[in-house]
Amino acid sequence: MSDIAPATDLAPEAARAAPPAPLDRGESLLRRHAATFLRSPSAVVGLVVLVLAVLGSLAAPWIAPQNPYDLTQLDIMDNMLAPGERLAGGTVAYLGTDNQGRDMLSAILYGLRISLGVAAAATIIASIVGASVGVLAAYVGGRVESFVMRVVDLQLSFPAILVALVLLAVFGRGIDKVILALVVVKWAYYARTVRGSALVEKRREYIEAARCLALPRWRVVFRHLLPNCLPPLIVVATVQVANAIALESTLSFLGVGVPVTEPSLGMLIATGYQYLLSGKYWISTFPGVALVVVIVAINLVGDRLRDVLNPRLSK
Amino acid sequence: MLVYLIRRLSQSLLVVAVMATLVFLAVYAVGNPVDILANPDADQQERAAITARLGLDRPLYEQFGVFIWNALHGDLGRSFVYNAPAVDVILERLPATMELALVGLVFSILIGIPLGVLAGLKPESWFGRTIMSGSILGFSLPNFWIGLMLILLFAVELKLLPASGRGPTASVLGFKTAMFTWEGLKHLILPAVTLALYKAALVVRVAQAGTREVMLQDYIRFARAKGLSPLRIVGVHVLKNMMIPVVTVLGLELGSMIAFAVVTESVFAYPGMGKLLIDSINRLDRPIIVAYLMMTVVIFVVINLVVDLLYAAIDPRVRLSDAKG
Amino acid sequence: MAIPVLDVDNLVVSFGTREGELTAVNGVTFQVHAGEVLGLVGESGSGKSVTGLAVMGLIDAPGRIASGSIKLLGEELVGRSERELRAIRGKRIAMIFQDPMTTLNPVLRIDTQMIEAIRAHESVSEKAARDRARQALAQVGIPSPEERLNAYPHQFSGGMRQRVAIATALLNRPAVLVADEPTTALDVTIQAQILAEVQTLAADHGTAMVWITHDLSVVAGLADRIAVMYSGRIVETGPVEGVLDAPIHPYTNGLIGSVPSRNRRGVPLAQIPGMAPSLARVPPGCPFNPRCARATATCRADMPGPTLYEGDRMARCHHPVPAPESAAA
Repeated sequence: MSDIAPATDLAPEAARAAPPAPLDRGESLLRRHAATFLRSPSAVVGLVVLVLAVLGSLAAPWIAPQNPYDLTQLDIMDNMLAPGERLAGGTVAYLGTDNQGRDMLSAILYGLRISLGVAAAATIIASIVGASVGVLAAYVGGRVESFVMRVVDLQLSFPAILVALVLLAVFGRGIDKVILALVVVKWAYYARTVRGSALVEKRREYIEAARCLALPRWRVVFRHLLPNCLPPLIVVATVQVANAIALESTLSFLGVGVPVTEPSLGMLIATGYQYLLSGKYWISTFPGVALVVVIVAINLVGDRLRDVLNPRLSK
Repeated sequence: MLVYLIRRLSQSLLVVAVMATLVFLAVYAVGNPVDILANPDADQQERAAITARLGLDRPLYEQFGVFIWNALHGDLGRSFVYNAPAVDVILERLPATMELALVGLVFSILIGIPLGVLAGLKPESWFGRTIMSGSILGFSLPNFWIGLMLILLFAVELKLLPASGRGPTASVLGFKTAMFTWEGLKHLILPAVTLALYKAALVVRVAQAGTREVMLQDYIRFARAKGLSPLRIVGVHVLKNMMIPVVTVLGLELGSMIAFAVVTESVFAYPGMGKLLIDSINRLDRPIIVAYLMMTVVIFVVINLVVDLLYAAIDPRVRLSDAKG
Repeated sequence: MAIPVLDVDNLVVSFGTREGELTAVNGVTFQVHAGEVLGLVGESGSGKSVTGLAVMGLIDAPGRIASGSIKLLGEELVGRSERELRAIRGKRIAMIFQDPMTTLNPVLRIDTQMIEAIRAHESVSEKAARDRARQALAQVGIPSPEERLNAYPHQFSGGMRQRVAIATALLNRPAVLVADEPTTALDVTIQAQILAEVQTLAADHGTAMVWITHDLSVVAGLADRIAVMYSGRIVETGPVEGVLDAPIHPYTNGLIGSVPSRNRRGVPLAQIPGMAPSLARVPPGCPFNPRCARATATCRADMPGPTLYEGDRMARCHHPVPAPESAAA
């Protein structure tokens, strides 16, 4: 059953599921998971779309008709061309151009790069921070744990968008600042997820055994405990990438995100917004479609990963 | 009940206090407001004068004390842009946002509960599955984009509804509201739907899960054995049980609706406090930002309190156990 | 002889599952007359509860009544529309369930739940319905019924809740009451009280009862007739004394032997070896054969047909238990 909980609900959900006995690091497990994953057609479609999007954004400098950040390549005479019209240079703008004469296809490819990059970076950093905090809290326990979890709860009780807005209002614009803001609002999800599974794993025999061997504490926590808390973390992180993309695009749309010179998808949409009412739909619509397609693709993959990595559901 | 209320109230006050500290630290302690306030050409003396006037030369704890003292008296600073007390500027916009959130909430219930219940009654059917897939879209798609598409469809193409702004207000029971004029409602529909979709998706999921669970209960079988009509079983027995999780979720989400209104109001150029926040951030009108945050925290806390009380009203079991404790 | 209130004939209920069509009730036949109590006895999974639900018309997809007939006072119920069945349910046939903690809706007051049961079938005023509900509560021995009407289920004990459920089921004076292990979850003393009350009520109203249970001692005190189910079939039926004193089917015999009795203290309880077969893996021939000491090759090949015995009795067995020489079998 596809039963995606919203991201907020996913954390405890995934955390409650007891992962299987200590991860068999063998290849067979990976192969089995891959096989299970591929059995869902929608997940495969999602994965293919996602891979294409990542490849397309990585290869943007080579495959895009123009470099939208290079002002010398832009011709203001090309502005607001409808999809299919020709630029002054002769190339066809299949998706039209924006108010500065940027080819939308190129802008989308470059924008995707920024959107995906920001989201991936933020997710990786946030999950590392969150997972470390979560696993340590679970391992140490006691007051440290309850204090950390209080902070997590408090953080999660406020809408991410508001916290991010305020942070960016304080920091100012910039790609690094957007990433920082996303990390600040997202780490708590991972901390909660990992703590949940670490609490379960902590009581298992292999941790007991590792402790009996008098291995150093950090080694027990990071080499033994943490890897076994990864499956739910991966699931949450996947869905959170989509969430981070949506959040970044929203922030950029509101004008507090990435700088104007390097527009992400959200900012392209914001630019087009001004022209929407005069019927120039393409500037907003196409970046929006790209955004939506990527988000849906990630969700499909995340949904399937959840089924695959959740031993409670897999038979 | 009274003990419970007092306990909840003190918890709420604690949260407000903690948030006040955080907001103070985040907004006041980072950066120097003088940079924004002072004329860029101002010399050292002028800057010092401003610093002294704002009390920025005093130690942090003292500034904090002043901030809290003023806040307790309802003074959260003066807006640079509007040259008026920040609280007043926000309060002026509050009704518009509340109206939007309220209508949005109603929409999300009207959309979410019927769909969720339907999907829960027939989880394996094609429409049950379609509803659930649709709900995934509902909360994974960026809200502002949905708003834009609605504008494109209903305002630009079909020309049915206005694309932006708030309709004329009328005075009802002393409140100026746009909910009771046709023009006002027309202006509300698109932003409220946009705001509602995310919550509706959430309500669908909660309602679906709740319905599925309730339908398996013995009391539903007993109700059927009594010969009750499906309408009564679903409308009374299922709905009332299912409302418990739904109210909890919706209540907790009402606060985030006010936060999400920031986005929706920007898309629809709707003159509420969310748009004010964005404008203030862009204009660096710091007192407004602080005042907005403090007021939002208070609204959040109040909402959570109300939800808890509502919860007690729906579930007799909660009512009783709290009366005892 | 008057026509039976409930006449079930050759009832077959099956469930469509991934492993194919599973038959939960396989050719069940019984009659219950006015004022009579039929004890439907069997282990879990024997099909006794499904039989009860089928009588109520409460078999949900993927289950269905595949064939057979259920007649209420001569009227056929199988094949009726849901709307027609709804008019009968709760009005002419009522049912109570096993767990009194879960059969009442926790968020609705008792009066709401009782009044709706009346008003689903009769257009009476709220007040008249409430009066009837109060009387019904008083009848099942609930003190200060007027106050209790305003209470919520969690304010009652388990026994009291089951009384409320029974009162609710009997509100419309149904011709048939199907009781699915209603006392199993209760303390023995409460169980005895409730059994006594139900017996009186049924006798007073002439209600025909189907009392589903796995507990032979309950049946012994309550039922007039007994029907023993095994793997979807009634394997033995007859008047309660006859069956309990001289069981014909080895399964019935085993069931009786496994009931502790004060006459046999110190003697180890007899057991039926093994477990009831799952519906997906019913053994060929007599389904009881793998657990039966008397089984032969015939039993493994052929399902025994119904054989009539003296004293209005029936059993399905190739090798019936010989009549006991004494009660201490």
